[in-house]
Amino acid sequence: MSVAAKPAAGAGPVLEVRGLIIELPKGSDRKLAVDNASFSVGRGEIVCLVGESGSGKSVIAQSVMGLLPKQLPVAGGSILLEGEDITHAPLSRLRQLRATRMSMVFQEPMTALNPVMSCGEQVDEVLEEHTTLSPAERRAKILETIREVRLPEPERIYASYPHQLSGGQRQRIVIAMALILDPALIIADEPTTALDVTTQAQILQLIRDLQARHGTGVLFITHDFGVVAEIAQRVAVLRLGNLVEFGARDEVLKRPSHDYTKMLIRAVPTLAPVGRAADPGAPVVLQIRNLSKTYIDRGWLTKRREVHAATAVNLEVRRGQTLGIVGESGSGKSTVARCVVRLIDPTSGEVLLGGQDIATLSASKLRPLRRRVQIVFQDPYRSLNPRRRVGEAIIEGPLNYGLSRSEAIVRARKLMELVRMDPASLERYPHQFSGGQRQRICIARALAMEPELLIADEAVSALDVSVQAQVLGLLEEIRGRLNLAMLFITHDLRVAAQICDHVAVMSQGHVVEYGPASEVFLRPQHEYTRALFAAAPGRDFAFSTDPR
Amino acid sequence: MLATIPVLAIVAVLVFLMLRLTPGDPAAILAGDAANTEQIAKIREGLGLDRPLIVQFGIWARDIVSGDLGESFYFKMKVTALIGQRLEATLSLATLTILFAVSTAVPLGVLAAWRFGGWFDRMLMGFSVMGFSIPVFVLAYILIWVVSLKLGWLPVQGYKPISEGFWPFLRHLILPSITLAVIYVALIARVTRASVLEALGEDYIRTARAKGLPESRVLIRHALANAAIPIVTVIGIGIGLLIGGVVVTESVYAIPGLGRLTVDAVLARDFPTIQGVILFFSVVYVVVNLLVDLSYVFFDPRIRY
Repeated sequence: MSVAAKPAAGAGPVLEVRGLIIELPKGSDRKLAVDNASFSVGRGEIVCLVGESGSGKSVIAQSVMGLLPKQLPVAGGSILLEGEDITHAPLSRLRQLRATRMSMVFQEPMTALNPVMSCGEQVDEVLEEHTTLSPAERRAKILETIREVRLPEPERIYASYPHQLSGGQRQRIVIAMALILDPALIIADEPTTALDVTTQAQILQLIRDLQARHGTGVLFITHDFGVVAEIAQRVAVLRLGNLVEFGARDEVLKRPSHDYTKMLIRAVPTLAPVGRAADPGAPVVLQIRNLSKTYIDRGWLTKRREVHAATAVNLEVRRGQTLGIVGESGSGKSTVARCVVRLIDPTSGEVLLGGQDIATLSASKLRPLRRRVQIVFQDPYRSLNPRRRVGEAIIEGPLNYGLSRSEAIVRARKLMELVRMDPASLERYPHQFSGGQRQRICIARALAMEPELLIADEAVSALDVSVQAQVLGLLEEIRGRLNLAMLFITHDLRVAAQICDHVAVMSQGHVVEYGPASEVFLRPQHEYTRALFAAAPGRDFAFSTDPR
Repeated sequence: MLATIPVLAIVAVLVFLMLRLTPGDPAAILAGDAANTEQIAKIREGLGLDRPLIVQFGIWARDIVSGDLGESFYFKMKVTALIGQRLEATLSLATLTILFAVSTAVPLGVLAAWRFGGWFDRMLMGFSVMGFSIPVFVLAYILIWVVSLKLGWLPVQGYKPISEGFWPFLRHLILPSITLAVIYVALIARVTRASVLEALGEDYIRTARAKGLPESRVLIRHALANAAIPIVTVIGIGIGLLIGGVVVTESVYAIPGLGRLTVDAVLARDFPTIQGVILFFSVVYVVVNLLVDLSYVFFDPRIRY
């Protein structure tokens, strides 16, 4: 059902998309990437385009910019930028419009900038191409814009290369680049998805401020309803290329009319901890004592640099319980996980696995113990070998530990049922599965070793909310059924609230807060924990009141 | 950088030993067919070849350190002077070859990547397979036959030093450098194509296009600049391999360079000259590789030594 909402006041919408149809290449899972989508963005308005992966939201963004690859042709409908039909505009016209009337902010600030060009030069290219300003005027304008996106020391930033800046700073450069010629429309394609929650809050604030000051229309693409609640004036919901709902923010979020929207909103985890009665007398499976990891960087011509990735970490996990380690990138949460699995060697401290210290065990002595700790990684697309059948990946571990092939296959089939997949899938290759299915396979792979401790390192972060909810439910069920100890690493407070009995908050290598989930979530003590909560997008927004 | 010294020392020892272990007596060759054992022994004594190997090596090594590569058995002059005499021809040939190869291969590779899968790309890939497979001497004779004998545009053979005028100098070098360059054009074009193609798939290319930049700028400033390191590396390897190429090319085109000198010295079992030339080539190779490594810093600001 498509609702044609009225654009905001002003001299016509900045962007109007009417009945847009974009084809997919033959042999895809569906015929159309975008099927008859209509929406508009008014002057000075923020419209959120929401959908899960594969919904066609990025395809729409790129079609407006004229950046679609040839394999995805626009087969019908029209795109109007400030009243001008640019659906089939020649490349030369599109080039004139890009950066001057419409510009784009991308998802990955880490890769969206050219690594071998200084940030200043990259912004300068826009001015060089589209204006007749002298080099000195261009430089002055760039420094002013760098200041406007609230970056410190504009001169230094101008001369810096992307790798010398943080993710948030890079995204500010990309925004500066998009904004410098004061376009009527900015398309932001998941601009905060790759950022930490506190950085995300700052960037959202920045986009809102700049948009208000310049009166820019913003098409904001996201999968996160928290972000939508934070920033949108109107919301369009996409599902498999169909625009299922379009309307004012409060209307869509509080009184969704389409089932899909309702499902998506329901799948958004809340910040309220589930609060489970954990048995305080359960045996301790993992105890981490004073664990530290220091990286030493000895350059050839550079000074010796020490990075304290983790400092004096003390944690414990009991059987049947889940400990969440929550932190932003660089907080040391993954370092701790990797030390526990001994993928990296701790610098000092003890990692007691069932009472035995494995922190300093030699590789040969460690091997028999490896079975007992298994890990599931973040990116299900890269953690399975694409050239091996799924079954081979699952039985490889048990075979190494002496199980016969037939026994291992029996076990693999059982596990596939446990993670709710067809055992026949064992004969297939990873690329034949979706992200959520692959993550299930990775979980089955880890469980095939019959571990005592399962580590999930951002295991649901790359998944869509609806899939995320399913995988979280599965992990929870498995933990209960197998009475596993689980170490759950995440940057997402909402996810941690759903699954953890205890929570440790890490910042800059230190555990700044550690306690039962209910305590940490309801009565945070440390200011960093409070800052994290404050930054969670949409925390104050009352979503649809549908009962869970 | 300090690693270059042990590398050169190992090369010195290996060259020295291998020459002594291969059959062929320099004294016998110098003495000629009619000489008797006594005369040969006398010559051998004169060359110092009767001393124990370790002493011979010691003397040679001591001389190298003081910059003396010894005296040629055959040409009866200092090896350093001999290399000096022949250096200009080889250096000119090598420089011209690399210039020609790089200036054609890089643009060809970029174009092929830009029009990936198109007719130009397929043609270039076909050509590069041919470039790899055709032997240098075959190509050389074909070119001589067509360009020099049939068309009469360029001289068949020989070399004119640059001091005799730039045009005669260049005329004599055009065919040899094209002959030598073909394989490098094939190699460098392929690597350029592959690494530009990879760069074109990166997010920053989409950013550059979203900025409204023309394709030429996207290709050169964004794609090629990020593809530079593999290209520079393969050019460096190419310069190393060139040394093997000059031996054949100089022989075919009768250019009095280091390649010819190597061939003559080997046929005469002229130990000091062979050792000297090979050591010299090794130094060149090591220095080129060092420069390539250092150039990474220029091409990629993320690299620091």
